Amino acid sequence: MEFKDYYAILGVDRDASQEDIKRAYRKLARKYHPDVSKEADAEQRFKEVGEAYEVLKDPEKRKAYDQLGRGYHQGEDFRPPPGWEPGFDFAGGGFTDAGDFSDFFESIFGGGFRPGGRGGAGARGGGFRAAGQDVVARVEITLEDAFNGTHRQITFPHREVTADGRIKETSQTLNVKIPKGITEGQRVRLSGQGEPGFGGGPQGDLYLEVHFRPHRRFHVEGRDIFLDLPVTPWEAALGAQVSVPTLGGQVGLKIPPGSQSGRKLRLKQRGLPGDPPGDQYVALRIVVPRPETDEQRALYERMAREMPFDPRKDL
Amino acid sequence: MSRALTVVSGLVMDERVSFSLGEVSRACGVSAELVMEMVEEGVVEPLGREPAEWRFRGDAVTRVQTALRLSEDLRVNLAGAALALDLMDELMELRQSRTRVAYYEREA
Repeated sequence: MEFKDYYAILGVDRDASQEDIKRAYRKLARKYHPDVSKEADAEQRFKEVGEAYEVLKDPEKRKAYDQLGRGYHQGEDFRPPPGWEPGFDFAGGGFTDAGDFSDFFESIFGGGFRPGGRGGAGARGGGFRAAGQDVVARVEITLEDAFNGTHRQITFPHREVTADGRIKETSQTLNVKIPKGITEGQRVRLSGQGEPGFGGGPQGDLYLEVHFRPHRRFHVEGRDIFLDLPVTPWEAALGAQVSVPTLGGQVGLKIPPGSQSGRKLRLKQRGLPGDPPGDQYVALRIVVPRPETDEQRALYERMAREMPFDPRKDL
Repeated sequence: MSRALTVVSGLVMDERVSFSLGEVSRACGVSAELVMEMVEEGVVEPLGREPAEWRFRGDAVTRVQTALRLSEDLRVNLAGAALALDLMDELMELRQSRTRVAYYEREA
């Protein structure tokens, strides 16, 4: 397995003080916290930083790591020496779940899953009983899917309790309905589809977080849809009836005479369905044709002569 | 052999669903007292006067869960989590309007 350079991950020197390590960890944890960061690999980075801190914050683990890791560099193939007995203790919470540490970590410090997170009242009192952890899965859909509704087959890692009480890592596949009118970032909650509880505790929930793939034509905010509509100068000046795409198909739009570039027109309730449904906003963008022939050039010259107009008079 | 999976439906956690105090605390695996503290600090704002009458919007569950993770992982207190959540909402709005500006300003 790959050797992990925990010092490099935290960006500290090998002789850094415990205070330096703590400061470096806190800073990186804030930077890569999956709730805060928008970087695609934030969760992975956050876990890596948490794992590095789990080791380096504890003088005993740090000593063991320094001893075993002498001479190794990040990414090099690593094997713990024969007879190495991991015997350390760790616990997690939130996104820092001890069950998610790398194989490298487990080879040195031992594995073992410890339920953390939503212990709640059930985790205390007589006997051990805890609710299973919630699982959050991300799913990308198209705007058309959000408009029409869809269903998605999702596969996510799943821990099962076997008959003899051991934890088995498997994967679970569900076909989940995504109702029409869902918006960016919204979550669908599937009660009891998360991780199993302990000692008769209830199963956690599965949250499906929905994200939209960027669309070729439309931009979306909440349930409102935005479209950039190219129009000719004469359509803008004289007014016109044009056909514009919406998620529900083509609709007729009246361009009022004397429209300028950037003018926004609203197609009421043509956005994502809901209560109330969103609107579609159409922003006009006047596109000026290039004169290709002498006749076309003459037409522009005639306009210049016959339409005295100074758009910069107020500058 | 592949087998068609039954389609399962969930609950969209938006403004159209509402939860009682008990339902929010169960969904988030925390005590009602902690949710009440979060209300006091402005992490979530229920409708209704008394805790027994409180109704939380679906997105409140997400806010409570995020506040829990922020306090566990980053050691922020509830007031700090409320501030972070509000700033993150504002940041998301700014990001959206920035992409809209970029969208309108793109070359033909």
